[in-house]
Amino acid sequence: MRVLVCVKRVPAVAGRLTLTEDERALDTKYVGFQVGPHEECAVEEAVRLVEAHGGEAVVLTLGPAEAVEQLREAMAIGAARAIHLVTDGGDWDAESTAGAIVDAIGEDEAANGPFDLVLVGNEAADSGGYQVGARIGRALGRPVVTGIKALSVADGTARCEQESGGGRDVYEVRTPAVVAVLEGINLPRYPSVPGRIRAKSKPVASSSPARPAQRLELRRLVVPVTEAKQAQVLGKGAAAAPAVVELLASVGVL
Amino acid sequence: MATFPSSAKVVIIGAGIVGNSIAYHLAKLGWTDIVQIDKGPLPNPGGSTGHASNFIYLADHNKEMAELTLESARQYREWDVYTTCGGLEVARSETRLEELRRKVDSAKNWGINAYMVTPAEIKEMVPFINEEILVGGFFTPETGVCDSLQFGTLCREKAEAMGALQSFANTEVTAMGVEDGRIRSVTTTRGTIEAEYVIIACGVWAPLLAEMAGAHIPLTPVVHQMADYGPVPLFEKSSKAIEYPIVRDMDVLMYERQDGIGFEVGSYAHRSILHDPEEIPSIEEAKLSPTEMPFTQEDFDPQLEDALELFPEILGDEKVGQKYAINGLISLTPDGMPVLGETPEVKGLWSACAVWVKEGPAVGKSIAEWMTHGQPEIDCNQSDIARFHAHQKTRQHTKARADEAFPKTYGIVHPSEQYLSDRPVRKTPMYEWQKAHGAEFFEVAGWERAQWYGSNAPLVEKYGIQARPNEWDARWWSPIINAEHLAMRESAGLFDLSSFVIFDVVGAGALDTVQKVCVRQMDVAVGRVVYTPVLSVTGGFKSDLTVMRLAKDHFRVVTGAAHGMADMKWFADNAADHTSVIDLTTAYTTIGLWGPNARKIIQKLTRADMSNAAFKFGTCKTIEVGSQLALASRISYVGDLGWELYVPMEQGQRLWDELWEAGQEFGITACGIAVYVGTGRLEKGFRAYGTELDNDYNPVEADMLTPRLKAQDFIGRAALEQALGEERAAVCCTLTVDDHTSSRTGEKRYPLGRQPIVTPDGAPITDSKGRQSYANSAGMGPSLGKYLILSYLPPEHAVEGTKLAVQYFGDLYPVTVARVGSKPLFDPENDRVRGIEPAAAG
Repeated sequence: MRVLVCVKRVPAVAGRLTLTEDERALDTKYVGFQVGPHEECAVEEAVRLVEAHGGEAVVLTLGPAEAVEQLREAMAIGAARAIHLVTDGGDWDAESTAGAIVDAIGEDEAANGPFDLVLVGNEAADSGGYQVGARIGRALGRPVVTGIKALSVADGTARCEQESGGGRDVYEVRTPAVVAVLEGINLPRYPSVPGRIRAKSKPVASSSPARPAQRLELRRLVVPVTEAKQAQVLGKGAAAAPAVVELLASVGVL
Repeated sequence: MATFPSSAKVVIIGAGIVGNSIAYHLAKLGWTDIVQIDKGPLPNPGGSTGHASNFIYLADHNKEMAELTLESARQYREWDVYTTCGGLEVARSETRLEELRRKVDSAKNWGINAYMVTPAEIKEMVPFINEEILVGGFFTPETGVCDSLQFGTLCREKAEAMGALQSFANTEVTAMGVEDGRIRSVTTTRGTIEAEYVIIACGVWAPLLAEMAGAHIPLTPVVHQMADYGPVPLFEKSSKAIEYPIVRDMDVLMYERQDGIGFEVGSYAHRSILHDPEEIPSIEEAKLSPTEMPFTQEDFDPQLEDALELFPEILGDEKVGQKYAINGLISLTPDGMPVLGETPEVKGLWSACAVWVKEGPAVGKSIAEWMTHGQPEIDCNQSDIARFHAHQKTRQHTKARADEAFPKTYGIVHPSEQYLSDRPVRKTPMYEWQKAHGAEFFEVAGWERAQWYGSNAPLVEKYGIQARPNEWDARWWSPIINAEHLAMRESAGLFDLSSFVIFDVVGAGALDTVQKVCVRQMDVAVGRVVYTPVLSVTGGFKSDLTVMRLAKDHFRVVTGAAHGMADMKWFADNAADHTSVIDLTTAYTTIGLWGPNARKIIQKLTRADMSNAAFKFGTCKTIEVGSQLALASRISYVGDLGWELYVPMEQGQRLWDELWEAGQEFGITACGIAVYVGTGRLEKGFRAYGTELDNDYNPVEADMLTPRLKAQDFIGRAALEQALGEERAAVCCTLTVDDHTSSRTGEKRYPLGRQPIVTPDGAPITDSKGRQSYANSAGMGPSLGKYLILSYLPPEHAVEGTKLAVQYFGDLYPVTVARVGSKPLFDPENDRVRGIEPAAAG
């Protein structure tokens, strides 16, 4: 089984968001980078599928030169090799991104045969466009299922489960297919030391696709106003108990 | 929360290990009305304490650091926040194993239990280690891991319970109020608070706080990488959180330790990653805490293979993952020591910075004692913020030195090892001349000082000086030193002493000031030169220095470069009314001329009568010397006839040339500083500040007193009088090395100083005050043909002829107590200095 998993290098923000002066990007002076939680799970899922069925998991990213760090992370988890579509760091919209990925898939498949599955995160952790997976599927003429929290493959069929209200919708699609997974589909492993060491010597195929004219242009980012959080101390030790009880009762959990 | 007060006696900025400890110790010493603020939340406001690995390795080559660490461990233990697990330092190479043997020597100096262990013994203690790649190690059983956050919380609670402390979290300092050179107030996001004392104890942010007040705290935030791996199946069976000793894998500059079911890996092997304090993210901006910066995996990856090699069983397990990893920020200073004490720029503004968790509680205690009594029990002179010279306070210097020192965190650092970065800064007038004469420059306080001269190499053969066979003993040393020494004793030596710190004490209160600060009688005739101890209130040494009385109300103080700035602050702090203390360090160069022919040489250049009768020892006067008017002072630190000549810095080279020219017919030799502070001094048994003289010893023990004290009061008098009335617990002695042959290798070895002095069978020697005997200084006495050691010995061993031993790299070398007290081995009646002809044969 061959599985391609697509990831995106995004700022690892947790605290207050600060924008760059031109308000077109996050100020990443104080932050590290990571792949989003959905994609972290997608990598884990790809590796598990290959562990179960044999074959290879390949990780792909479109991003700046530094994004090779995220490729190494994925290879430390178990991806066998990586494809790096190197950009100059500028913003690529979903259409251009999907187009470049489709080209890269075509090239790789011409040499190595089709990917049974292309896994993407349900949406990018930064731009949240929900589009790249669907656009890849559409361009390749492959079925696309999104929001997937369980996945198994047997006899050329992918069984994909989607949470729906109180229950689950189950889709069975023929492979090759594109699956957009959600955080929670699995609990991703931490990279081990041998994994990291192996990742250092795994191959990364780099190319620099031309950035097409963007139909969607990022003009300006705005940080939403959040209400300042105010902590209230209800008391100390046993003396605080009545106030806690009152509070729990008021929110309806007692 | 209580309302923010508008005034306090003391404001402590910072609630890390240091700020919390200070709060407690101040309260314990009776201080009240203490307000502690931190911009972060409690109990972990987000500074370096919050991400510390918290282990306390006790052994250290440095006495001050070892004492601070021992005292801190004691406090952690006392409050039951210390897990003793033992500490291993392991060696993969023979070179490192030698260094560990040296570390055992150092541990013994400071009374720390430490011993060498074999790979098999290491395996027994740490069953998951790959001992096959190790050649040995050393073990300190009392090493452990503390809970620094819990300790801090206990500190605050106890201080609050005493009614002495209010703590305010989430309170950021925005400005400091300074009036007439004294701190008055701190403005915060909660309002302004007036304060008599303000203590900056906020680690990596400290430089910014100091700047607000116009002071300088030279430190720089530096990244230390740490990662946590787990879960480790073996540790899941552990009955306690830390069951196995901590391992420092010294050759690859890493450490590893159990932490619950996790395995913590820390590294000092990555490139130096320096930040600026203003670059540290705010609490809101930071993902974790402000001092836990995003991990840069690419810097850490190269070290992983080393870690894996030592711990294949744990780190080779595919199920053990990297769970958490940070670029933790810590503070580094230009010289690797903490920055403690009242800032020289602003009265009442104190620094308690660049302190690790392993020293925190002791630093808290020391700062509190310092503020209360004027002197901490543990001598913190090497950490004193007043030590910095101007250029050392700059960010460029701080970063250059931190960048250079970081990779040496676990390095093998020779005691004489020189910094190479940010040089040269201060050139003496004779710098170019010295360079042309092959000077080997050592740096002190930014000064480039000729340690010896390559041009004197031919003297080595003339005097038949042997090279030292061992590379370590010969590193940063040259046989030329001994040759220059002998040339001086034979004829004359010319010394460049430009690095002296020189300051004048002038005004109506000048005499009162020097009387108060100095032990010896300062109310002497104008033109007298007095060498005197300077004591702390506890009667130990604060300094030793020379004072010239130039006029009724005018005294000139001359002291060493390394500690001179702190001396100057001490005089200024204790100055009487109507007294000024004026720095003249860079106004004058000092040229020393000593040797049996010194008088003949200088007499060629002056009409002044330089005879014994006309120019007595211990006097100074301004005379014509060649082209210049020079202040000539007849004293000697090398034990020969001669003068120090003070002339304006820019005229130094001219005077040097004239003396050099005049000395040619006598075979004058340019002598490096190594003769001045080393061989020449040691032969005369002169004690030096920082080696023999520190606050742990008093002048009675150093044997530097005439029996009667002056009538006037002086700092430390009460303590000194008490010491005079008691049997001294130890006395400074001169020992000679009887045999240099290593019993292990057969090589001739030369202890460089700071090694244990032990009984012939290797038992440590401890005096009645609990102090261990060690070689305070060691070096050749070329004119004596003997290798000399100065050491404090308790009375039972301080008997001439007693056989003892010095421990060097674990081996014992026999020594004999050659002299008890200060009487020199060389020229014991001081005929040479007194210029009594013919000069003693020596």
